[in-house]
Amino acid sequence: MAHDTHDIHRSRAEFEFIKRKRATEMRGQLTSFAMMIFLTLIAFTVVAADFSNYLIVPIILLLAAIQVVLQLYNFMHMSNKGHGMMAFFMFSGIFVAFTIVLTMVTIVWW
Amino acid sequence: MSSNSQKKGFGATIWDYMTTVDHKKIAILYLISGGFFFLVGGVEAMMIRIQLMKAGNDFLSAGTYNEVLTMHGTTMIFLAAMPILLAFMNAVSPLQIGARDVAFPFLNSLGFWLFFFGGVFLNLSWFLGGAPDAGWTNYASLALASEGHGIDFYSLGLTISGFGTLIAGINFLVTIINMRAPGMTYMRMPLFTWTTFVASALILLAFPPLTVGIFFMVFDRLFGANFFDVTMGGNTIIWEHFFWIFGHPEVYILILPAFGIFSEIFAIFSRKRLFGYTALVFATILIGFYGFMVWAHHMFTVGLGPTANAVFALATMIIAVPTGIKIFNWLLTIWGGNISFTVPMIYAVAFIPSFVAGGVTGVMQAIAPLDYQLHDSYFIVAHFHYVIVGGVVLAILAGTHLYWPKMFGTMLSEKLGKWTFWFFFIGFHLTFFIQHFLGLMGMPRRVYTFGADQGWDLFNAISSAGALLMAIGVIILLVNVVMTVVKGERVGNDPWGDGRTLEWAIPSPPPFYNFAQTPLVRGLDPYWIEKMEGNKEGMVYAEPLGDIHMPNGSFIPFVISLGMFIAAFGAMYHMDGHVWALPVLIGGLAITFGSMLVRSLKDDLGFHISKEELIADNERIQREARALEGGKKGGLK
Repeated sequence: MAHDTHDIHRSRAEFEFIKRKRATEMRGQLTSFAMMIFLTLIAFTVVAADFSNYLIVPIILLLAAIQVVLQLYNFMHMSNKGHGMMAFFMFSGIFVAFTIVLTMVTIVWW
Repeated sequence: MSSNSQKKGFGATIWDYMTTVDHKKIAILYLISGGFFFLVGGVEAMMIRIQLMKAGNDFLSAGTYNEVLTMHGTTMIFLAAMPILLAFMNAVSPLQIGARDVAFPFLNSLGFWLFFFGGVFLNLSWFLGGAPDAGWTNYASLALASEGHGIDFYSLGLTISGFGTLIAGINFLVTIINMRAPGMTYMRMPLFTWTTFVASALILLAFPPLTVGIFFMVFDRLFGANFFDVTMGGNTIIWEHFFWIFGHPEVYILILPAFGIFSEIFAIFSRKRLFGYTALVFATILIGFYGFMVWAHHMFTVGLGPTANAVFALATMIIAVPTGIKIFNWLLTIWGGNISFTVPMIYAVAFIPSFVAGGVTGVMQAIAPLDYQLHDSYFIVAHFHYVIVGGVVLAILAGTHLYWPKMFGTMLSEKLGKWTFWFFFIGFHLTFFIQHFLGLMGMPRRVYTFGADQGWDLFNAISSAGALLMAIGVIILLVNVVMTVVKGERVGNDPWGDGRTLEWAIPSPPPFYNFAQTPLVRGLDPYWIEKMEGNKEGMVYAEPLGDIHMPNGSFIPFVISLGMFIAAFGAMYHMDGHVWALPVLIGGLAITFGSMLVRSLKDDLGFHISKEELIADNERIQREARALEGGKKGGLK
């Protein structure tokens, strides 16, 4: 079972296909890496530009959320096949946590 | 490795169970220890009813009453109901999806031993200066004021056993996602596996808030923090939020597997496919989701304000919809079925009206203004005993009868089972129905006595009489178990004759590798499909016979849990300034982390069962099956 090893034989076409797929994935990773650096720059700029805290905090939180999504999908392979259930559980967890926090700050403690 | 037919000595058997990572043996461990705690909680319940049997009784002092009441609730929820359900999940759901074991057999064993030591730690409080006495909800203002170590036993014990439950939940999630046999799609999974799955997801999301809350409690009580201390700027209400964000999903963690067991029973003993399988699945998922959005309905009288109360009242009422869908689907499964009233089926049929009664009073309490009247009265006690006993405990008793042959290879007596049922069922309604009226007459819950001039004497006496009947029912069940074990009449694969799912296609109890060949699932109720098509083997196979890789047993889970058990004593007595406490704390943690290190560094690759051994074992199984058929006919028919 789990410890059985299999020799993998690939045809030429399969090999080409996998190569192309990996190249696309690599491109995706580089793009998101560039975007993440850019987002980080924005974050530093808003702080350096000394905007009002009420602007800085939501912007940084938003950027952080985008970063997490980019990280998960492009670097932690959530965009690959077979991760649907994991995504479902993560989003359920986020949803549950979010509703609880939202409830607390809106209707419980306003 | 086909040595499982050999006779073993008593010591060897004990050692085998202490080191086992086999889900079927862990199921038996859960059943035995959960059953033991069920009896402990039952004795506590009897003490409560004896104390309240007449006005001004002095059987228990006020303080002892608080302890008994707290331990009754805590034991029944955390140490009895959940472990017994975990026993069935372990015993049945890997078989239902055609898996050879759970995804992480080692963690499965670790989960059990953590629960076990947590439970033992909690109950040792009786002998070490007094049990917790702030109610199973352990509200912070009461808990922080509680003297002695009772509350510390509660918080440390539940931390340890909570780890175990969390591990078990994650294990089942991974198992059900990854280890389904070929063809076993999500929408072909038996309902019990579905409810196991959703309940495990609830465990995953609900236990962390409890852990956080308990951590705060431990720090407040043992290390001088002030999370809940209002005089120091803390907030005592936060505990209630933490507790109920966990606590409400917790009741669904209990009831969903119960629904799963009943779904199986209705289909088997009506000889019909479940009516509205898809609706049942989606209702299960919906209940899981809604379970997280209703916690503040336990806190209507805290003073959250009309907006919060209105929102939570509505959210609570919505839950009645998927539950109602389930009830109707079960009724329509029975309707027109070829019904046989075996013991499990009787429990299932009795469950419907009992649980609906509990549900209806639940919707009554969802109406926030009415809840101001009902809050902290016996009406609430009646309500939650109707859903927990009328739902979960009936499911546990039904499941014990249904799955006993699969777990132990023998059949519980139907005749004694019916006696248990009638005593328990009548006793249950006698005890709790009348408590609705006690509540409406103003009797508050959690008080240790009442006056003769309050007019509650007769109803309380009736309630106590009912509790006695329930106790008789449970004693008959114990007699039944002992007689069945002593007689030891073996039964075949499908002792009920109408099994539908994969677990009934293999011997009872199954061989330790479950399936010699992984089955191929061709639809919902795979075993039923094969039977209907005249397949004598009960399965078609997805793979040729080959070597099977199995995990080795391990003593490490026991040692890891023992270390935490020891460390908990150190943490607790550290507060009193004992010099030995700190070394005990560190030593316990060293045992735990040391054994984790050993586990990480030492490779344990398991072993293989060879094809020849499988063939030999299969011949033995065939021989036994023939002997069974030739001799006395096993099972019902």
